[in-house]
Amino acid sequence: MSKPVESPLALAERVRAGDRGGVAQALNLVDDGRAARRADALDLLDALEGHAKGRRIGITGAPGAGKSTLLDALATRLGSQGRSVAILAIDPSSRKSGGALLGDRFRMGASARDSGVFFRSLAARDQLGGLSEITGASLDVLAAAFDTVFVETVGVGQSEAGIVDLVETLVFVAQPAAGDLVQFMKAGILEWPDVFFVNKSDLSQLAGRTASELRAGIELGRPDAPGERAPVLCGSARDGVGIDELIDAIDRHHASLARTEAGARRRSAGRLARIRTALTTRYGTRGLARLTAEAPLEQQVDAQPGRSVERIIDRLGARIEAGWAGTDAAGAA
Amino acid sequence: MSSSPPKPTPKPTSARNESPHAAPTAGAGREKPWLFRTYSGHSSARASNALYRSNLAKGQTGLSVAFDLPTQTGYDSDHPLARGEVGKVGVPICHIDDMALLFEGIPLEQMNTSMTINATAAWLLALYIATAERQGGAPAKLRGTTQNDIIKEYLSRGTFVFPPEASMRLTSEIVAYTVEHVPHWNPINICSYHLQEAGATPVQEIAFSMANAISLLDHLRDSGAVSEQDLAKVFGRISFFLNAGIRFVEEMCKCRAMTALWEEIGRERYGIRDEKALRLRYGVQVNSLGLTEAQPENNIVRIALEALGVTLSQRARARSLQLPAWNEALGLPRPWDQQLSLRTQQILAYETDLLEYGDLFDGSHVVEEKTRALGLAAREELDVVLAMGGAVAAVENAYMKQRLVESHTARLRAIESGELTVVGVNAYSESVESPLVQAGSSAILKIDASAERAQIESLQAFRNRRSPDAVATALRQLEDAIQSGQNILPPSIEAAKAGVTTGEWTSVLRRVFGEYRAPTGVAASASARPTAEDTQVRERVDALSQRLGRRLKLLVGKPGLDGHSNGAEQIAVKARDAGMEVVYDGIRLTPEEIVQSARDEGVHVVGLSILSGSHGVLVVDVVDRMRAAGLGDVPVVVGGIIPPDDALALEKAGVRRVYTPKDFDLARIMNEIVDVVAEANAAA
Repeated sequence: MSKPVESPLALAERVRAGDRGGVAQALNLVDDGRAARRADALDLLDALEGHAKGRRIGITGAPGAGKSTLLDALATRLGSQGRSVAILAIDPSSRKSGGALLGDRFRMGASARDSGVFFRSLAARDQLGGLSEITGASLDVLAAAFDTVFVETVGVGQSEAGIVDLVETLVFVAQPAAGDLVQFMKAGILEWPDVFFVNKSDLSQLAGRTASELRAGIELGRPDAPGERAPVLCGSARDGVGIDELIDAIDRHHASLARTEAGARRRSAGRLARIRTALTTRYGTRGLARLTAEAPLEQQVDAQPGRSVERIIDRLGARIEAGWAGTDAAGAA
Repeated sequence: MSSSPPKPTPKPTSARNESPHAAPTAGAGREKPWLFRTYSGHSSARASNALYRSNLAKGQTGLSVAFDLPTQTGYDSDHPLARGEVGKVGVPICHIDDMALLFEGIPLEQMNTSMTINATAAWLLALYIATAERQGGAPAKLRGTTQNDIIKEYLSRGTFVFPPEASMRLTSEIVAYTVEHVPHWNPINICSYHLQEAGATPVQEIAFSMANAISLLDHLRDSGAVSEQDLAKVFGRISFFLNAGIRFVEEMCKCRAMTALWEEIGRERYGIRDEKALRLRYGVQVNSLGLTEAQPENNIVRIALEALGVTLSQRARARSLQLPAWNEALGLPRPWDQQLSLRTQQILAYETDLLEYGDLFDGSHVVEEKTRALGLAAREELDVVLAMGGAVAAVENAYMKQRLVESHTARLRAIESGELTVVGVNAYSESVESPLVQAGSSAILKIDASAERAQIESLQAFRNRRSPDAVATALRQLEDAIQSGQNILPPSIEAAKAGVTTGEWTSVLRRVFGEYRAPTGVAASASARPTAEDTQVRERVDALSQRLGRRLKLLVGKPGLDGHSNGAEQIAVKARDAGMEVVYDGIRLTPEEIVQSARDEGVHVVGLSILSGSHGVLVVDVVDRMRAAGLGDVPVVVGGIIPPDDALALEKAGVRRVYTPKDFDLARIMNEIVDVVAEANAAA
């Protein structure tokens, strides 16, 4: 890592060619907190902008729902179909020490390893919901290199709302009669997923009931797609049951996004949400308000076509800071 | 038999030869001693056979076979994952000719053989039975033990292959088969031994092993694998394999508490009435966890005291005993080291007056009270595990593993803080140079590197001389039998005779059952309260992370087939508590996989743990591949049982630090990891 860094453009080439060493290095770069490296990271992300070839799929659900096992099965199956697969696994950090045990890699089975999946663990660091700004940038890198990119998060409530901004398809993994369903409904989480997968259907008769409860719950409809109902599938990741059906459902969702304008709409809404969240995290609601007082955020984002999300965040951030500096100067005068 | 039988000085005269646990009758001559065994095997079937014969000639009364890791995990010696592991921690057995050679000149009908084999137990038992038949012996007369305890493999030892459900099925089929066809065989040896090695307290050792036995017995009863009337027979054939640490009074009480609890479980849960069947039967290997690399001769005394702990009380006396060698923490013991362990047993049994008395502690308030307290606490913990659905559930939800990791962490902390005294390690560490381990003199056994090559050649010759048709038929019949739910032993015995290899047999099962990765228990383990030293390391990690631009990221993994993950897990937990991001990559990894992880994850440093003695091949391979992948600037550190000469060779090959069991100070290791990363990134 102390190696002389190659130019961001050369690195972008390697990423787009699917070079795994290049991808790893690019991920290191976008994660680098040193101010001196930020310019390179932005150049890299700009060079990747518009070159996404991969679908981004979110996998979320309560701890113990079997997300890792499911990812293992999905990656193996997709790998055997000749698709290149990457997984970004988000693990909660220890709040006390800042350290983290990124154990998901261990749960990856031999078959998924053999299929050549690219696997990166990311500590959630300070973000409560488990998603940091780095997550979005890392996905931008991975989507430029792989056909299918999964991001796995623990479903703790807020994170679903965050993850939906980062992916085209969100899969919610439930386990039979976990009792968490009511909680999820209360939290409004059932609005977001595009596909539900009731795992461990082999273990219990309750799977069918959980599936019907889910269907009833989501019948209320999604705000962005009224009339469309997310499919609820049953299966067992451990035994490989229902995996093909899940891949079909994801493919169908992807095709429907491509067919209609919904895909483009969702992507630009996602970008906008990422930018808003990042600016709010950095400058607070007052900082954001100062910026949007000039013009709606959407308009300011649209004015920078072909730029990466991170570039736009930094530019708009600079504008907020400049405004503050102006105020401070005025105050001092 | 080529070896002469043991000649104990005073002939055993007790009428109670059947059981050393029978009620005491004061002054009635000497008890028959327990079985003397030594866990051994290495290099090849031929070399191990010579070792067994010489051990028997020295007065050993039973055999304990150590298999190498490829055999334990179901790979032939020429499989890529077997590289560097063949003949290292035990003998490689690939087929019936290997097994026949292992026991050449040792009539199995007259031997009592303990086989430390688990995932592939059905296969090795099939080979053993086929070999006995080839010798002209009757399977019905065979005596011995297959370890066959998968639960503890998930928790500690790591040589599992199949998922819990399939493993449970294999275990119970071995039980069902032997009860009928090999009636003197102990089909399963429930191991609390490895739980203690993984950090278990005496209470956890009792509770978890009882939960394990209950899960098996429930399965046998509820699946109909054995009939109601056979259940008593099965109960009586289940044996245990215990550990005994240096706190030998408590250990003795632990054995007494276990004996009482087992009887209670038999009566209450399974309605067993037969007094003989209700008796807890167990063998012991005394503690290796407490053996030290520093002042290793002290281990001679530790081993003797631990042996005393499990033989002193007649009621709680082991039926068989294996003693480790004093230099285990340095490397593989030589025949002389093993002889010393055997002599320790013989002195205890034949020189002392230990076997002339009934139970010395009957009526002792102190022992009774301690025993009662352990029993109560164990019962409580057992109920916790049973309430969550038993041992299998408590493996899958990682409850037991977490408790073990926590206990182990607490133990290491107590040693670090000095609260727990370990002579020669954290107290009285001044020492003159030991003549036993003087520099230059080799105090351990070196496995000849040519052993692996010779084994592979002999395996290939075997494959060439067998009938391919017979092998194909046997494998097909094996698969059919498994698919249709028949007992696996009969087709396995046929496969053994047809010349099927260990790897081929296991491949069929891998295909049908799938493979399993057990939960690690590290992710959820609670952090301990940081000491001043921890805080200081954390500050250094924070500062270096700032400089690196990302939080210091460490990969921890185990190359090769060695599944003893306790050390790696302790490092992972400690590094997390020191503020590092730790990618725990687990066990059974090829060097390729480790390098791929290091690259994908973008780590700053790689920590490898390896205890099987195959570090020379595997670690060097990782370092070379890192370089080839352009990761030459990512430092590699290694921990394991690594002799000083090997450590030097590894450092020469590019390994930045080598840690051995004497490095108990984890905070220092963390500090050095920070140093190593700082050095590697000096230009950053």
